Amino acid sequence: MAGVGSACLAIALLTALYSAGASIFGARTGRREWVTSGRRAIYCVAALCVAAFGLLEAAFLRSDFSYALVAEGSSTDTPTFYKVTALWATQDGSLLLWATLLSLFASAVLFLTRRSLRDIAPYATAVLGCIAAFFLLLMVGWENPFDTLAAPPAEGAGLNPLLRHPAMMIHPPMLYTGYVGFSIPFAFAIGALVAGRTGADWIRATRRFALIAWTFLGTGIMLGALWSYTELGWGGYWAWDPVENASLMPWLVGTAFLHSIMVQEKRGMLKIWNVSLICATFTLALLGTFLVRSGILSSIHAFGASTIGVQFLIFIGLVIALSAGLIISRLPLLRSEAKLDSLLSREAFFLLNNLVLVGLCLVIMWGTFFPLISEAITGTEASVGPPWFNRLVTPLALVLVLLTGIGPVLAWRRFTPAALRRVLWPPVSAAALALVLLLAFTNAADSPASLAMFCLVAFVLTVVSMELARGTKARRTMTGESWPRALGRLTGRNRRRYGGYLVHAGIAVLFLGVAGSSAFLDQRDVRLKPGDSFGVNGYQVTYREATAKLGGDSAGTGAPISFGAVLDVRKDGEHFVMRPSRNYYASGDPSLGTISRFFEGEATSEVDVRWGLKRDLWLAVQPDIGSLEKPIQEADAKFANSPGDVQALIIAALAERYRSDPPPAAFRAIASPLVAWIWLGGAIVVLGALVAAWPSPEARLRRVRSLYSARLGRDLSRA
Amino acid sequence: MDPSRKRKLRLVVALTTAVLLATALIYTSFSASTEASKPSEIKPGRSYDLTGKVVPGSIRHSGDDLRFRVRDRDGTESVPVTYTGVVPDPFRDGREVIVSGELERGTFVAERDSLVTKCPSKFTKDEQSS
Repeated sequence: MAGVGSACLAIALLTALYSAGASIFGARTGRREWVTSGRRAIYCVAALCVAAFGLLEAAFLRSDFSYALVAEGSSTDTPTFYKVTALWATQDGSLLLWATLLSLFASAVLFLTRRSLRDIAPYATAVLGCIAAFFLLLMVGWENPFDTLAAPPAEGAGLNPLLRHPAMMIHPPMLYTGYVGFSIPFAFAIGALVAGRTGADWIRATRRFALIAWTFLGTGIMLGALWSYTELGWGGYWAWDPVENASLMPWLVGTAFLHSIMVQEKRGMLKIWNVSLICATFTLALLGTFLVRSGILSSIHAFGASTIGVQFLIFIGLVIALSAGLIISRLPLLRSEAKLDSLLSREAFFLLNNLVLVGLCLVIMWGTFFPLISEAITGTEASVGPPWFNRLVTPLALVLVLLTGIGPVLAWRRFTPAALRRVLWPPVSAAALALVLLLAFTNAADSPASLAMFCLVAFVLTVVSMELARGTKARRTMTGESWPRALGRLTGRNRRRYGGYLVHAGIAVLFLGVAGSSAFLDQRDVRLKPGDSFGVNGYQVTYREATAKLGGDSAGTGAPISFGAVLDVRKDGEHFVMRPSRNYYASGDPSLGTISRFFEGEATSEVDVRWGLKRDLWLAVQPDIGSLEKPIQEADAKFANSPGDVQALIIAALAERYRSDPPPAAFRAIASPLVAWIWLGGAIVVLGALVAAWPSPEARLRRVRSLYSARLGRDLSRA
Repeated sequence: MDPSRKRKLRLVVALTTAVLLATALIYTSFSASTEASKPSEIKPGRSYDLTGKVVPGSIRHSGDDLRFRVRDRDGTESVPVTYTGVVPDPFRDGREVIVSGELERGTFVAERDSLVTKCPSKFTKDEQSS
């Protein structure tokens, strides 16, 4: 079957190249049948990729270790959910995922635009075909996911235990869907430039794809943060790690793009800026994929030196050079149709928000690549840490949240300061009220940046609720509907607008969580014997007893050994029990003893979090297995060649020994205020984006009308 | 003011702001950065981010302290490290680590909680089998 998979990829590569060639040929000569053929070739590429993906997934599910990829990334004792997802935990598999998602997205957009955008679509098809061909070429030439082993091992290495977390398994496909999704507007922007059709048509056709890509990328980033918070055992959600930054940069520029295209749609301005933004977003998406693999920047992800770094660099260089060349050659066509009437207009504020977003991206980029920059300039590799990022990003984030509030109430073209005062006085007084209350009742003044953020959040939420209330009230007076019905109808009729407001509210809520948890968390690291207690943020935490479980950790990660602790937590008469633990996975290293290999492999913290809207209590334990070192070594010597069930008995005995007489264990406790609002805010953002992306009845009507007129035109020309 | 002069003025203001911001960015990043050094490069009297690999078999726990040796990524020279604080999950023999601290009497005394271990990536093949 591996041969069939490789053949699928090779044929898909040829088909993608054919698609690019046929589309361009068809567009140049005006022969529509070639264009149609090129488009259908993309459908074929999608079918072939899906087939290859299915074959590989089947190999993972039946644990066929003759596939090198399966032997490296899975094992028979890996739980089924993680067997399925192990495919994209490998480099070759993730390339296949990229190509598959890309071909599916490309097919969808080309199918939807098959009767419109006649000038642009063929070139967009060619661009998409080339991108697909690049990823397929990587697999066919260097990283074939269908490589087989001459001597298949009896058991696979298993999935890296750190990745055995639901969020981590959904996170890569989400990120990739985001990265891939941005290639659609990119392809159409290039198509529009080549065809010289620089109006807003390409934006209208692909706006929804950009929004969906943005949503997926954002969700992926959030899931990565959640994974870091609950799995990595350090209790934070963002560390300015190069790979995190790599996913944030295209998201920021993509956000700028989603805003500035509205200016082009409404006023025909910012055309150069828009095509540049989408080219930058796509390049950054490629860069994100590349950074994960190249190993040029050291990070916690520290991916080993890869074989395909150079190819990626060449491709990124080509994309930058070609898009820049194309934009410059089309400059005369990209002139604005209108001028900025006033600095007091929605357009001007969109421009400002774009500058802040792009500025943020540049700051993050500089910090991320600083080790390379410093090595080039001073000869020594130096890096900037999270404090540097926090210092520079915080003021920009504050401005951004402020703009999130001001933007929605501004009028296009021009507004008067008096009108601005009228709409802004309620939110400004809400912010002032928040300031007074915070100063009077909390210690928020300890962190000026967080205090400012809290006030801005009040500001934004007031703006959004006022806008919703105003629209609903207007609709009610018109139609006499009930409040909820009027609100629902209002949103349904103006999905893009009210979905956008919801996104703004979600961002404000998210920053509420960031401001609270970053400045006011209380962290304690202690070492306790059973019976000891300590206090953190008013919680009285007592280590009641140690636990040791074999083969049954609660999260279903398939860990053979799990040592943990039971802790009683008391606060103000409230009492609850928390059970953090640590999973030990057997090592595959044959040089270790038969028993010690069970303790010397990977270990992961399974933290216990008491979620709360006011604050989370987060607990991790690090058992000291040093006390078991001696008995483990003795067991290694005595039972070197004993059968599996005897080994199991010995491990059970060792576990019992740990449980009954535990040495002091290290605990980390974090009381993190408001952190739950980050995840809630993220969920509101996604909800808002879905509302905005959902096709509205009006849009459907428009599409039917345009199809009808197209048919009419065809019939007339035939007659 | 006539429109062309106004435009020029606006451009100058925008460019100046951009240059100032860029200078601030460059200045803060160089002043806030820490140098990463290999065990063979460090000297007493100043603090470093020590990077290298954990020497296999050198990890010892003694009370709250963790002791281990770090050697050059591609070399043999190594330095003993004492560390307190939380040990990241992936920390183990042969892993690449970064730890901040200072050399005192031949031992690298690390700052609390400064240990960073790189995960053996989900994308590396050779590291797990070796």
